[in-house]
Amino acid sequence: MQLQQMYQEIILDHYKNPHGRGLRDPFDAESFQVNPTCGDEVTLRVHVVDDVVKDVSYDSQGCSISQASTSVLTDLVVGKPVGEAFKKMDAFVELMQSRGQIEPDEDVLEDGIAFAGVSKYPARVKCALLGWMAFKDAVARSQGAA
Amino acid sequence: MTTTAAPLDVAALRADFPILSRTVRDGKRLVYLDSGATSQRPTQVLDAEKAFLQEHNAAVHRGAHQLAEEATDAYEGARQRIADFVGADFGELVFTKNATEGFNLVAYAMGNAATSGPEAARFVVGPGDEIVVTEMEHHANLVPWQQLASRTGATLKWFKLTADGRLDLSDVDSVITPRTKVVAFTHQSNVTGVINPVSVLVAAARKVGALTVLDACQSVPHSPVDFHELGVDFASFSGHKMLGPSGIGVLYGRRELLETLPPFITGGSMIELVKMEGSTFAPPPQRFEAGSPMTSQAVGLGAAVDYLSVVGMERINAHEHALTVAALEGLSGIKGVRLIGPQDAVDRGGAVPFEIEGVHPHDAGQVLDSLGIAVRVGHHCAWPLHRCLNAQSSVRATFYLYNTLDEVDALVDGVREAQKFFGVA
Repeated sequence: MQLQQMYQEIILDHYKNPHGRGLRDPFDAESFQVNPTCGDEVTLRVHVVDDVVKDVSYDSQGCSISQASTSVLTDLVVGKPVGEAFKKMDAFVELMQSRGQIEPDEDVLEDGIAFAGVSKYPARVKCALLGWMAFKDAVARSQGAA
Repeated sequence: MTTTAAPLDVAALRADFPILSRTVRDGKRLVYLDSGATSQRPTQVLDAEKAFLQEHNAAVHRGAHQLAEEATDAYEGARQRIADFVGADFGELVFTKNATEGFNLVAYAMGNAATSGPEAARFVVGPGDEIVVTEMEHHANLVPWQQLASRTGATLKWFKLTADGRLDLSDVDSVITPRTKVVAFTHQSNVTGVINPVSVLVAAARKVGALTVLDACQSVPHSPVDFHELGVDFASFSGHKMLGPSGIGVLYGRRELLETLPPFITGGSMIELVKMEGSTFAPPPQRFEAGSPMTSQAVGLGAAVDYLSVVGMERINAHEHALTVAALEGLSGIKGVRLIGPQDAVDRGGAVPFEIEGVHPHDAGQVLDSLGIAVRVGHHCAWPLHRCLNAQSSVRATFYLYNTLDEVDALVDGVREAQKFFGVA
């Protein structure tokens, strides 16, 4: 069934038990992003020390896809140098824009590969990218402030 | 109109809408419950558009050749039939690209009044003046007024909602005051289907000399509407929500107002005399139709009102009411479903918004889509309304003449399916 292809168990698990949720101190920058078509929103903070992502914390309201992808994001980027985190982000964005045509690399995206099915639904791609756009913006702000 | 209570022969009507017999998502029967966003077009409308393009296509209001004459007749003939359909005179209807443009036309023209001649004085808005809207508005009848207020220094005020999503009119005279210049409000909410008491608001506005602007996008397609009888000053509605083409909307304005309202978009076709130093403008409706207008769309909308007239707006309205009652009953019987807005079908059109506890509207819509059921999810361009009713967003089912009770049942079953899928049943 198509629905199961989209809502992989991994996605539903992250949705029900999100990782890294809640807003925490210390942080260097915060980004608020909203999906204007559905009103889903995320406030996301980053804490970067010596060019390494020390923490990502967030508060959000949204569908299973946006919640789960933000949860996966924290797994993927926390503890990584900013450059590596951005490489993962680029890989995730590329996957989401692939309309299901890319075989994702599990070594790079880990649980993120579960979103391959979502990429076949153009209306949901924005959901999957909401947290990532907040991450990108927050890191840019933290670098601008440094 | 003979108002026989004969129910619609929906099966026969559906045969006029080819798209309704297609399947979606791996062979699922299409259950189209999103006519509030856009309606489907019957072959009669599609054929009229095609016939115009194949036999009469030319630029209207210019050229002296036979096709130009025929095209102009088709375009203006459509205007006449649409005017008859909504209880207006021929010269009181302006074709726009959509309903949103209609609201902007009025708001921008009012903004232009300050620098126009003395005949436009009644449209001038400035500091100390008030513009009144409601929390129920679609963004199309809200944002243009916010913008007019910020451009002119006028103050924006609004009617609030009651807990069940109706307009709170308990204190009309404190919202509409002698300072009020415009009262813009919706006839029927695009989210909850709530039908507002137009006469109460028109009376209050008239008492203080304010103009009324009605959002008729959800009323004109679904019920008999007569603008003269309603007594509003302006109204805007769109073609694609009433079996007609997209790319065309209609602005109604009372004749004496259109005659003194300054133009919004300027250029060709809307002028009387052009000199290098300045220009004068054509009388309405041409003054508000600058540039080459849409043509096959106007013809298609003319065919749509012919179609609706033959079926009968009273009967369409009664049919949608029955579907709404069934949907409210079916959905309210499901544990964990919260109906947003009024819980009953009194003074309400065919729109039913709801939330499912534990299932985000986007996810619910995805499950319904996998079953072939097309609904709208999100805030439906009415963000303030959702905030008022404590909903971040909602699932909305909307009905039209071609929907059936079977489809309402499919919706109710689909909602149960969504609960099961997300483990909240």
